[in-house]
Amino acid sequence: MTNTLDQIFVLLKHWIIGFLPVWLQPIVAALLSVVAILAVFPGLFAISVLLERKGLGRMQNRIGPNRVGPLGVLQPVADGIKALIKEDVIPYSADHVVHFLAPVMLVVVVFMGYAVLPMGRNMTFVPMDAGLLFYFAMGASAELTVFMAGWSSRNKYSLLGAMRAVAQMISYEVPLLMSSVVIVMMTGSLSLDKIVEVQNQYTWGLPHWFVFTPMGFAAFVMFAIAATAETNRSPFDLPEGESELVAGYFTEYSGFKFAEFFLGEYVAMLSISGLGATLFLGGWSAPLAILNVVPSWFWFFAKIMTWICFYIWMRGTFPRLRQDQLMNFAWKFVLPMTLLNLLVAGLWRFMGEGFLRWVVCSAILLSAYIIGGRIGMRSKKFGPRSYRYAE
Amino acid sequence: MVIFAILAALTVAGGLAAVMLRNTVHCALAVAVAFAGLALLFLRLNAQFAGFAQILVYVGAVAILVVFAILLTRNSETPATGVFSKTWLAGLVIAAAVFAVLAWAVIKSQAALPQEQTEPQISVAQIGNALMGRYVLPLEIVAVLLTAAMIGAVIVAMHEKGSAK
Amino acid sequence: MLGEGLLKGLAETARNFAGSFVSKERLTTVQYPEERHPLPEASRNFPFLVYDGADWEAGLRCVACQICEKECPPKCIYIEKSKDKKPDYAGKLQIYPTQFDIDISVCMSCQICVEVCPFEAIKMDNEFELATDDRFGGLLQDRKQLAKPNEYYHKIHPTEAAEVDARLAEEKAKVEEKARAAAVAAAAKAAAAAPKPAEGAQPQ
Repeated sequence: MTNTLDQIFVLLKHWIIGFLPVWLQPIVAALLSVVAILAVFPGLFAISVLLERKGLGRMQNRIGPNRVGPLGVLQPVADGIKALIKEDVIPYSADHVVHFLAPVMLVVVVFMGYAVLPMGRNMTFVPMDAGLLFYFAMGASAELTVFMAGWSSRNKYSLLGAMRAVAQMISYEVPLLMSSVVIVMMTGSLSLDKIVEVQNQYTWGLPHWFVFTPMGFAAFVMFAIAATAETNRSPFDLPEGESELVAGYFTEYSGFKFAEFFLGEYVAMLSISGLGATLFLGGWSAPLAILNVVPSWFWFFAKIMTWICFYIWMRGTFPRLRQDQLMNFAWKFVLPMTLLNLLVAGLWRFMGEGFLRWVVCSAILLSAYIIGGRIGMRSKKFGPRSYRYAE
Repeated sequence: MVIFAILAALTVAGGLAAVMLRNTVHCALAVAVAFAGLALLFLRLNAQFAGFAQILVYVGAVAILVVFAILLTRNSETPATGVFSKTWLAGLVIAAAVFAVLAWAVIKSQAALPQEQTEPQISVAQIGNALMGRYVLPLEIVAVLLTAAMIGAVIVAMHEKGSAK
Repeated sequence: MLGEGLLKGLAETARNFAGSFVSKERLTTVQYPEERHPLPEASRNFPFLVYDGADWEAGLRCVACQICEKECPPKCIYIEKSKDKKPDYAGKLQIYPTQFDIDISVCMSCQICVEVCPFEAIKMDNEFELATDDRFGGLLQDRKQLAKPNEYYHKIHPTEAAEVDARLAEEKAKVEEKARAAAVAAAAKAAAAAPKPAEGAQPQ
């Protein structure tokens, strides 16, 4: 019974395809998966927008929107209708073709990333051998669309926002990739399905998730930081900082195009949470062996939503990082830590099974973190601020 | 065959647009389209690693670098009218000449001979083994080159700050 | 250690989030049209006219002296005097305003009219829900709209109203005292004038 529930979507797809002639089956199978992805993830986008507004409100000692439906649940619907019926204003001197293409390309590229995520047992849309590489290729293409958006508006501030966004995304791309390479080293394959398979084993009831290993945990933390920066999310949201640049690279977009950017950003967030869950938190595997009765796709979406809640929590807590602080952090702290992490991952494989490798690897990473932190904080003067007033 | 024709047309169109358009940033974006077309051609030949690495590196980094470089030069302002640049004919002629040379080189070489239908399946693991085994010296030289480029960039940037003070 | 402050910040936000469901201190929202925050006593918005008793025309304290009209800085008050008189709180006959308009789109709530009124007739109201879609006529309040009873004044400014009432009662007592003293003096004078002809008639 639980196996049926677990595979319910796969069985549903096979049942529908059974009605069709053989030559039509592959196309319709692909179409069904595409429709499913296009239906589920924008739905999750609506839920996360609602969660964000209400969650941020509660964290800021206020209630979020609560007028539209019961407890405000129809607020995303209202937002969607508003975005659709707004007038589409394009500046006169803007580059119309590129201005139109930028949000479209962003949405296309971001949705392509979902093709390789394993959303449940046997539920990957396109099981590829180099799935991880495909995902990062799509992520890199998104940066070009951000630049296109900022440049085509012919607005100095948009261009500035786009430059900052691209610089930020490029500099955090490297730690993102390096953290994933640690996982690839431990698994020996670039295929996301294989990575989840390796994590699906249990010892004493606890799973073999990579986050529970020392360098997996370090990689997880750095992946989370880099993922927050990749999607321009607080505390790294200077490119779209509302108080600095109006809306950064999408200032000149209104109505549906703005909604597309918004959708693209949240869908990218969901997608990179999905990747993080796959790489570090075991994808669709359950936390404890006995919980395998609950279907696998439920665990995958639960992990994504947990990650989203953590993003919202971070947004409500941390102040925004300045551009130079951001870049300093990326190149001077996170990148060396990821390289050290790679070394430690190699050491892990070299040392063979046993308790010793846990101790050694954890010790190396922890000491590097503490020393790195001390060096980083050495030149700063912390303490209460002192003011000097004119006499 | 149809798919190859479409992809080839896309790549060639991107390349031609890159030499014939007036607005420099449009040219850069057309080059990015050509890169994407190339990546799709790689994927058509079942070279997954090469295709995705092409997108990751070329579209994700080189195209952005090209665009940044264009923006730092002065002729990035909007040209007045027209889609094609003034020197489109010269660009076309040079591109055709380079194409002719490359095509002659490819046709005369081994790879143009009719092959058997079985294409070798190269997996990423094999590429990794080759890089670390047989081709480790070129890999290390390229790594040293990249490091030198990075250090040079840092020094150039630092010098600018030093001289500005 | 690096990252300590981040964790403390996260803990504080989590406490806020959890606390907002259980304690009032962590959820300071007042859901506006349904609930209203009580205004402090000294809050003021636009002026209103006070009347004593039940009939607003008869009990209106304003005697159309026009001091507030002259003192108002943006000149938002317009007064027209009456031709006849009516008795005020102490019984004295006074004129009254037949038209008393305040344009609240001009009024700047400076309270000068309240400070200069010698008759405690105009006071500051604290009603703020005056929005209307008629930009000119809807914001011109006339005598009937401005007149509000003394009980309302007590409700919105209790200490002030108590003070004003005490002062007015004192004035009234003084006036009555003077009237009684005058009446006693007049009665004494009448009594002193009356027996004289009686005494004058006796020695014959």
